[in-house]
Formats: sequence, structure tokens, C-alpha cells
Amino acid sequence: MLELFRNPSYNFIGRRRWAYTVSVLFIGIGLASIAMKGGLRYGIDFSGGTLIQVRFEKPPAVDRIRSTLDQIKLGESVIQEFGDPREFLFRLPLADAPPEEVTRRVKEVLEKESALGGFEIRRVEFVGPQVGQDLQLQALYAVLAGMAGILIYIAVRFDFKGGVAAIIAVVHDVLVSLGALSLTNREMSLPILAALLTIIGYSVNDTIVAYDRIRENRGKAARKGQTFGDLINTSINQTLSRTVLTALTVFLSTAVLFVFGGKVLEDFAFVLLVGTVTGTYSTIYIAGSIIVDWTAWAEARAHRVKKAVVKAS
Amino acid sequence: MRRNLWLRIVIVLGVIAASVWYLYPPKKTINLGLDLQGGIHLMLGVEVDRAIESQTERALADLQAALDKKGIGARLGRQGATEMAVQLVNPSTWTNALAVLSEFKTFEQKSADQAAGRVVLALQARESAQIADLAVRQGLETIRNRVDQFGVAEPTIQRQGENRILVQLPGIQDAERAKALIGKTALLEFKFLNEQADVERATREGPPPGSDLLWQRQIDKETKQERKLPYVVEKKTLITGADLSTARVSIDQTTSEPYVSVEFNSTGARTFAELTEKNVGRRLAIVLDGNVHSAPVIREKIPSGQAQITGGFTTEEATDLAIVLRAGALPAPVKILEERTVGPSLGADSIRQGVISILASSLLVFLFMLIYYRLSGMIADVALALNLLILLAVMAGFHATLTLPGIAGIALTIGMAVDTNIIIFERIREELRTGKTIRASIDSGFSRAFTTIIDTHVTVLVSAAILYQFGTGPVKGFAVSLFIGILASLFTAVFFTRLLFDVIYMRRTGLRTLSI
Repeated sequence: MLELFRNPSYNFIGRRRWAYTVSVLFIGIGLASIAMKGGLRYGIDFSGGTLIQVRFEKPPAVDRIRSTLDQIKLGESVIQEFGDPREFLFRLPLADAPPEEVTRRVKEVLEKESALGGFEIRRVEFVGPQVGQDLQLQALYAVLAGMAGILIYIAVRFDFKGGVAAIIAVVHDVLVSLGALSLTNREMSLPILAALLTIIGYSVNDTIVAYDRIRENRGKAARKGQTFGDLINTSINQTLSRTVLTALTVFLSTAVLFVFGGKVLEDFAFVLLVGTVTGTYSTIYIAGSIIVDWTAWAEARAHRVKKAVVKAS
Repeated sequence: MRRNLWLRIVIVLGVIAASVWYLYPPKKTINLGLDLQGGIHLMLGVEVDRAIESQTERALADLQAALDKKGIGARLGRQGATEMAVQLVNPSTWTNALAVLSEFKTFEQKSADQAAGRVVLALQARESAQIADLAVRQGLETIRNRVDQFGVAEPTIQRQGENRILVQLPGIQDAERAKALIGKTALLEFKFLNEQADVERATREGPPPGSDLLWQRQIDKETKQERKLPYVVEKKTLITGADLSTARVSIDQTTSEPYVSVEFNSTGARTFAELTEKNVGRRLAIVLDGNVHSAPVIREKIPSGQAQITGGFTTEEATDLAIVLRAGALPAPVKILEERTVGPSLGADSIRQGVISILASSLLVFLFMLIYYRLSGMIADVALALNLLILLAVMAGFHATLTLPGIAGIALTIGMAVDTNIIIFERIREELRTGKTIRASIDSGFSRAFTTIIDTHVTVLVSAAILYQFGTGPVKGFAVSLFIGILASLFTAVFFTRLLFDVIYMRRTGLRTLSI
């Protein structure tokens, strides 16, 4: 039979310092990129504004579009090719004029500019300042509620330490994904939020499979005289083929979305791709390691307290 | 387990039959979201303050009339949206004035200064909340009427929160026109022109008291240049669009230009006849949403209760104006807070790309499982196909809407549903390695994997539920298909797969190898 791993016994826990270094490095690069670019780039879902997707009959010159749009003085607008040399996105900031007026003016000025040729307005999105703010808040609540729900579930099904470790792994994945978003100059939008929440669910999913095995092995480990670190390492190894295989299938499905899903789904699929990889990595290298270090730290402290008590008496 | 084999087979066949029944015919049963079939999504904010404001204005006019009747001199003014300030000319009329004021029961005294002869009345909070609520409900009704008359198949018009209205119009071709139709306040007013006033001066120094400076917008047919003509119009509204019985488009015989002819109801017609009779020779301004459309001279008494609104309309504009006049004015203006319009061609592209994505990702996952787990992989593939069938059937059954992110959710469900089978198969392989028999390995593989599967499903369900709760429009669609797909995978990847294993392996004796 075809096997990815035959009785794997990699020493993941033993190399956890390396894993921590790698993680901190990746998160650091991502955060640095976000900081250098003055924060994440928010799409109109969150910042408010108007987005207009236009398809021209023949590929137009970007400068031409820019000079045309400048005529109506709608402020700092972004013009971006969208998946096809004939297809463009215009992103206009919030204006004093009502949104229907903005769209009408863009349409008029494009019609007047005969050099651009025929065109079709394929999509218009307008998000007002109030709605944008509401969505920002909702997004924050959604992420927090997602994490809280998962923390409670794991704390009840397993233990509190496991819950916290899983949440740290999830935060790790979200940070790496956000960093990747910033590095590739993609925008934070509603679909990206959906992708992040999916990553949260997926990453915890992975971690839970490993936890389940840890719980199952707990009794055996005591009999075999395994250390706590060994127990966790064995469990991660035993579930390794499943973890990687699943990651592979999810990765394949998302890769297909990335390639065939069209421009609208591209960013969404990109974040999911990054999330699948980092979610798998954090399950193998991060979640278990944190439990081991936390347990060791708690034991050492209990030991010190005991010593101190002995000394004092 | 084996005893129940037939019962389980019947359950599975029942589920398949129900799914097919719900899905047939596919075109009619699956609701496509606006992003797939094209259409408009609008979130409108009702400016309820304006409705409250005009209520206060009306009360102010009534109060002025009541005070005049009693011969009490007073200057009145509106403060903010809800307050009326009364300044008596002579403080000695205080007691009489208070008696008049107490008739206005929806207002309460906010402050009173007898020595100065000054009273401020404020609209009661409960009253203004009621006006606000009524404005939103009437607005909803009016917009529904307009949309119905415009002719849109399966529109969604709902109140959201306190003063928002959600309008979704699938399959609309001309988004601009639909937006103008929905968003127009359509407040039609007939007012006298103030012909004594100097229009030139009014444009420089503001209109004289009791009058407003309004504009007539004219678009030159040839140059397409917009011209604005100023008018000084008396503040008092004589008749409003509320007194109309109908409005329709007609074509002028001589200029062949379309215009809207309106007909008043009986009270409106009586008022109209009376005022035209008494004011022959004066100019009457027809004002729509604060813009003067025309200001004809009254030549004779008009007893028929018919009037014409002209003003260089295109046929389309005239048609839409007739619709909004028939459906009535919005009690308060609405503002577009959020808009998402997708053209039909983009929707068609998205459907094509979505179908390709689902097919390609299914194919990849199918092949992967087949190569890696052979016959067992084939079983998982059949289960996956059933999962997709159930997912679509449930969506059809609940009239859920399939959106582009929903398609992404389906593609993702494919990846995650197959995970359940991977967990089970890996477990069976482990059990086999420990030297157990095939039957025992299958048994313990399934039962040991089960707790893990429940745990993983619950966490995904939690995140899907939260996505649904907090997400809007398209994101909700993603949550819906993920939620249903994950639930369905409990049935297909555990129950159904187990059944196939039992049918294939458990009944044979002396089984040597397991294709996994």
C-alpha cells in the first residue's frame, strides 16, 4: 500500500526551539511588512468607498483611464488591472456626492473619452462610512467569538492548557496569514475575513486530532514510563500521516480555487493556501510544544515553591 | 451492526431519493445569489430625523394658525428636529397662550419663562420614536410598491435593524435606473410663486421671509449642458402628491415630448378647483423633491382635478416618475449606505469559473483518494459524491442561496469531508499493523476514529455558525454551504462509508487482504 510515512518517529518536540525561532521570524517579517506599509490595506468593505469593475472592448492604456478619471475630481482613486488586460477595477474614496452620482459621473466621463472605446460596467460596490465601521466591528467580534467558542470547547473536552495552546497556534496562523496578505499587497476584505475564520476552524481541527491521540495515549505512557514530552511527540507522529494527507487534500481543493476560481476568489484562495500550510505546521510544531513547555514551567515552579516551603519550615 | 444492515440500506436509499426529489429540476430549485445571476443589493438608511422634522414643521404651522385665531401675537421657530420655540409679542397673553399650547398633546413643555413670554415645546420621545418607526414602515411599503410596479422577479425588501431597509433585486439590467426609482423621495408639492419678490436679489441675499429659493434644472438637448433657473416660491404647500389618485405618461401632440399627467382624488380635486378659481393669473409652481419642474400661469378654474407635469423628460424618466407618483412619496428621504451591483455578464463568468473549480477540485481529490487508498478510496469517493448531492439538496430544500463564496465553501467542503475518511482509513491501517484481523481492524478503526471526528466536526460547525452570525450577504453563503456540507459529511463519511465497508467486507468469510 501507498504510505506517506511508515511508522514515523520524528523528534518534533525536541526541536521546538528551532520551530519557535522559525515562527517568530515569519510572524516578525509579516508584522514588519504591515508596520512599514502603515497597516493592513483595507478594501472598501472596511474603509468605505466605491469600487467599479469595468470591462473595455479593447485593452486601454492605464494612463488614459487615469487622466480621464482625474477630470471628475473624485479624490485619490486606485486603478488596477483585474485578471485580464481589458478588465479594470477603479477604487474611489468616500466622496461627499451620493454613490449613485459617483457611478453616473464615472460612466459619463468614460463615455466622453472616445479613445477608450466601448465598455461595460460589470460590478459596482459602494460601502458608506457607517456600514464600513459596522463591518470592522463585526469582523473583530467574529474573530474573537470564533476563538472564544473554540477555547471553551477544547477546555471542556480536553483541558485548559490544551485550549490555550490551540488558541496560540491559531493566533500564530492568523498572524502569518495576515503577514502574507501584506507582503503580497492584497487587501483585507469580507471574503478574506471568511478565509481567516475558516483557517481558525481548520487549524483547530488539526490540533484536536492530535489532542485526541494524546488523551488516548496518556494511560499507556504512564505504564511505559514515557516522559510527557515523549508522549506528545509520539501522538503527533501517530497522527502525522493523517495531518499531512488532509492538509494535502484541502491544499489541492484550494489550489484549484486559486487557479480556476477567477479573480474575485483569488485573494480568498490565497489566504486559505497560506493558512493550510501554517495550520498544519502549527499543529505539528507549535501546539504540542507549548503544552510541553508550559507543563515543564508549571512543574518547576511547583518544585521551587515546595523547596521554599521546606526551607522555611 | 449486521442485523441492521437492511435498515441502514433503506435509510441511505431514502436519503438519496429525498435528495434527488428536492433537486429536480435543478434550474428551478437552487437559488442563485446576486453575485452569480447579477443584480442589485442596496442597504438604505431612512433619514427618520427628516420625518420628525417635518412633523414638527406641520405642528408649527398648526400652532401659528391656532394662536392667530385667538388673536395672540407670537413669533414661532423650530429648534433642531423636535423643538418649537414660541416667543410672545406681549407677555400678558401668557395664560391664553398656554391654554392654546396645551392643546398640542404630543409636545411637552421643555422650558417656560413667563416674564420674557418665551416657551419651548419638545416633541415627546415616545412620539418621535413612533414617527421614526412609521417612517421606516411606510418607506418599506412604498419601495415595495415601486419595485412591484417596475416589475422585478423575486425581489427582497426587508427592514434591517431600526432604520435600515435592505433591497435586493436579482437580474436587473439597468442598475442606475432602478436605484433612481427606489431612492427618489418623490414628494410632489404645488406652491404659489412669490411674484413680488426680486429673484435676482433672492439669489444674492436669500429669499424673503415666508418664501424659499428653489431651482429648475434644465438640460439643453443639444449641448447637454445643465442650466439652473431660480424661482422664489411661497413656503406654504397647497396640495401634495398624497392627494393624487393616479399618474400616467402621455405624449404631447405638438412637441411629441412625454409628460406625466396626474389626477387628484376627490378632496384633492376640490382643493385644486377652489384654488385655481380664486387665483386666476397667478403662477403655480410644481415642485418635486425641492426642484421646480414647471411654473405655469393659472388661466382658468380647473374643475377636473387634472394637472400635467412637464419638464423635458425622456420616455424612461416620465415612466419612472409616473411609477413613483402612483406608489406615493417616501415619508422620509433615504440614503444609500451600501451597494453591491453585479452585472449579468460577470455573474455568468463567476458561475462558469465556480463550476470549473468544483469539478476540478472534486476530480483531484477523487484521484488522490483512489490512488492512495485504492478500493477504500473508491468507497470514500462514492461517499463524497453523495455528500455533494445531499449538500445541494438541502440547499434547495431550505431555499438557501448559492453565492460565489458559497461555491468556494463547497470546494472546501470537498477537502474537509474527505478528511473524515482519511482519519478513519489511517486508523484502520494502524490497527492492521498491530496484527488485528481485518474485521476487527475495521471495527475498531471506525469506533476509535469516531470521537475524533465528532470533535473536528463540532469545531468547524462552531466557526461556520459564527461566520453566519457575523457575516453579511455573500459571506453568509459561504457559512451556509460549509455548515451543511460538514453536517452531511457526518452522514456520508461515517454512516454511509461504514455501510459500504460492511456490505463489501463483513459478509465474506476468510478475507485475507483489505484494499486500503
